Amino acid sequence: MIDPVLASRFQFALTTIVHIIFPVMSMGLAPFLIYFTWKDIRGGDPVYEQLRRFWTKIFAISFVVGTVTGIVLEFEFGTNFAAFSTTAGELFGGPLAVEGMMAFMLEATFLGIFVFGRERVSDRLYMVSSLAVGVGTWLSAVWILIANSWMQMPRGYELVAEDGQEVVHLVDPVAAYLTPRFGYMYVHMQNAAVESVALFMAGVSAYYVYRHHVWGHQTENIAFWQKTLKIALVALLITAPLQVLQGDLYARHVYETQPQKFAAMEAVWDTEAYVPEYIFAIPTDLSQFTDPRAKELFGIGIPGGASWLASGGDATAEIRGLNTFDTEAPPVAVVFWSFRAMVGMGFWFILLAFWGGYRWYTGELFEDGLLHKALMASGLLGIAAVELGWVVTEVGRQPWVIQGVLKTSEGVSPGLTGTEAMVTLAGFVGVYAGILALYTYVVARVIREGPPSVPGPRPRAERDTGPAEVPGDD
Amino acid sequence: MTSAVDALAAGPVFGLPLPELWFALVFAILGTFLFLDGFDFGAGAIFATLREDAAREAVLSAIGPFWDGNEVWLVVFGGALFAAFPSVYAGLFSRHYLLMFGILGALILRGLAPEMYEQRRDERWQRWWGRSFVAGSVLAPFLLGAFAGNWLVGTPRSLTLVGVVTGVTVTALTVVSGAAFLRLKARDALPETVTQIGVGAVAAYLLAVVATLGVLATRLPAGVDALLSLPVLALVAASVALGVGYAVALRRGANVAALAAAAGLTYGLTAVVAVLMYPRIDPATGATVSDAVVSTLPLNLMSIGAALLLPLIATYFAVLYSAFSGPISAEEAY
Repeated sequence: MIDPVLASRFQFALTTIVHIIFPVMSMGLAPFLIYFTWKDIRGGDPVYEQLRRFWTKIFAISFVVGTVTGIVLEFEFGTNFAAFSTTAGELFGGPLAVEGMMAFMLEATFLGIFVFGRERVSDRLYMVSSLAVGVGTWLSAVWILIANSWMQMPRGYELVAEDGQEVVHLVDPVAAYLTPRFGYMYVHMQNAAVESVALFMAGVSAYYVYRHHVWGHQTENIAFWQKTLKIALVALLITAPLQVLQGDLYARHVYETQPQKFAAMEAVWDTEAYVPEYIFAIPTDLSQFTDPRAKELFGIGIPGGASWLASGGDATAEIRGLNTFDTEAPPVAVVFWSFRAMVGMGFWFILLAFWGGYRWYTGELFEDGLLHKALMASGLLGIAAVELGWVVTEVGRQPWVIQGVLKTSEGVSPGLTGTEAMVTLAGFVGVYAGILALYTYVVARVIREGPPSVPGPRPRAERDTGPAEVPGDD
Repeated sequence: MTSAVDALAAGPVFGLPLPELWFALVFAILGTFLFLDGFDFGAGAIFATLREDAAREAVLSAIGPFWDGNEVWLVVFGGALFAAFPSVYAGLFSRHYLLMFGILGALILRGLAPEMYEQRRDERWQRWWGRSFVAGSVLAPFLLGAFAGNWLVGTPRSLTLVGVVTGVTVTALTVVSGAAFLRLKARDALPETVTQIGVGAVAAYLLAVVATLGVLATRLPAGVDALLSLPVLALVAASVALGVGYAVALRRGANVAALAAAAGLTYGLTAVVAVLMYPRIDPATGATVSDAVVSTLPLNLMSIGAALLLPLIATYFAVLYSAFSGPISAEEAY
């Protein structure tokens, strides 16, 4: 019989890992959709109506799947982590309730108008709807990350014994809800969402551009795909460098506030100074495969690199080792490799952005087949990097569910049996595999169908039939 | 800043009885969820009776713009219970572990099925997703009703007689709401049978309420006396009057009046549950509202937040429902 603690942790991990894909898509698409809606409403180039309608379809399906998978997470705090919910509920429940009332309500109601109501409402209300949906998705992340950042960096509370159990009491709401960690997390997450969607757009449009220009197959709506590629590249040029620069600050903040997690990210067992930054490391003895900084190790490291990054420029800075903490270390290999893969991808995205930007500058954006292939291969890597980043954040803080206050193993529902936990875990494996397959299928269908056809540029059409109307302003 | 925090920690804002208000609010939110998402659940149940393609499309188009917003009330219910009474939230949800995941599974099915149904035109695909839509729409209110019944009598078990009768009661109630909603939003595309289904559902609902009260008389600690209190009797009498009014209104085509009667029935039912439960909030442990409520500072903050946000939410729903006022045609899709 499986341990209910382990089953609950696997289940929460699985349901979060699948769920986060959909908010990344909707939060990342939001700024693009607001822009497309604005350009479409102002009139002129009909490609913006195509852009709005095409990407709204993908937004809508992402939102629906995000809704049904998101409710699961809210319920799991109660079903599987009842002890955590009882201990931290006074501080942790509030942000979740406000997320529902302030953000989710806003996005879900105006989504109805945004998706189905173009013909029913005025341009002004339609624009307001796109803004409300977009702002709602970003506000959602505010409250979720306020809750999460408090678990990483708990403040503004005191522990009070109630019925023989220590319970968190809110003392200072400003300190509790606006931890320094929140700012780092929010910028990192929102920028990652836009970057991931930009990569997705670039990957999809690169395929059609390649097909048309390099391969020579006449492709319908090629102007639409070219426009998509250019818009995605602009977004990538802004977000990719910002992500790495801000990520560096964020890592330094983790070094200062969650030393155990940072030690796991760098796999430092004993407190050392002048710690090298391993870019690549493999154990020479396979029994130590899960321990990237095992003694028998072949690795390529930058001398003093990790110390330099941690301290912001001092290669001799000391990093506290995992062996000096009273609690067991988090699964070091998972954290170490996830962090490296995420950072590596972050740099690759910068290279892609500059490569594309340079080709655009030289006028060869639509001719560079290798660039197109690189973009196609990277279309889903942004989402992969988000997943890995969350693995670093959440696995890296183990064994704590609330850093230094409550261990994950102590947060699980006391009455939960292994059988119950196993039944639902097995159910989720099946159901979520199905949901992912269906989502992929639907998005692939939408892409294959291509953008909807819209009336051509108004001025030219009117010229053919006679000068009946004044052309719209371009 | 500190002085403001001190003031908020000293006592409830305006001296209000906040724990009781939050108890009422939690049930009001649950009632709102049951009423609004009842349109969608009921539409799903009625979908099962429709054979014609055009009628089925009309049902899906009618709920399309609304269901996601309606479902958020369940999220807010969970959030409000978590924020104001965390130990109740934790105890209830973990006690009825499999039931909660049953609800989630039904909601997943109900949410995904219409999206999938519209993706392809082939018959097998649509038959499969149509059935999933019906199954999710019927199971979700049934299991939610069972959850509420188990909560009220404080049983640790998930499958109980009380749960079954309350489940049937809530399911019938969603069909009542769904029939009125579909008459309003898709009347031209639907056969007259929808009216008969609505009238039949309201009769079934009133019978189920009687059955539920009968079972409750044997399960509640206060027994029959609890049911014979004035507020409960008044609410039951009002339900009978509203049920008759609903049937008359639906027959006459006064669909908005029928919907209003359905709203009265739904809030009446949640009020009965709340009245029977108070002053306890978790009968399984015997915890009362004042035992389980969070301390003054977070309660004040939540109250200020809710006081500011709930009117805004009402505005969002007013904008949404007025943008789609009147019948919705099957062509209105993205």
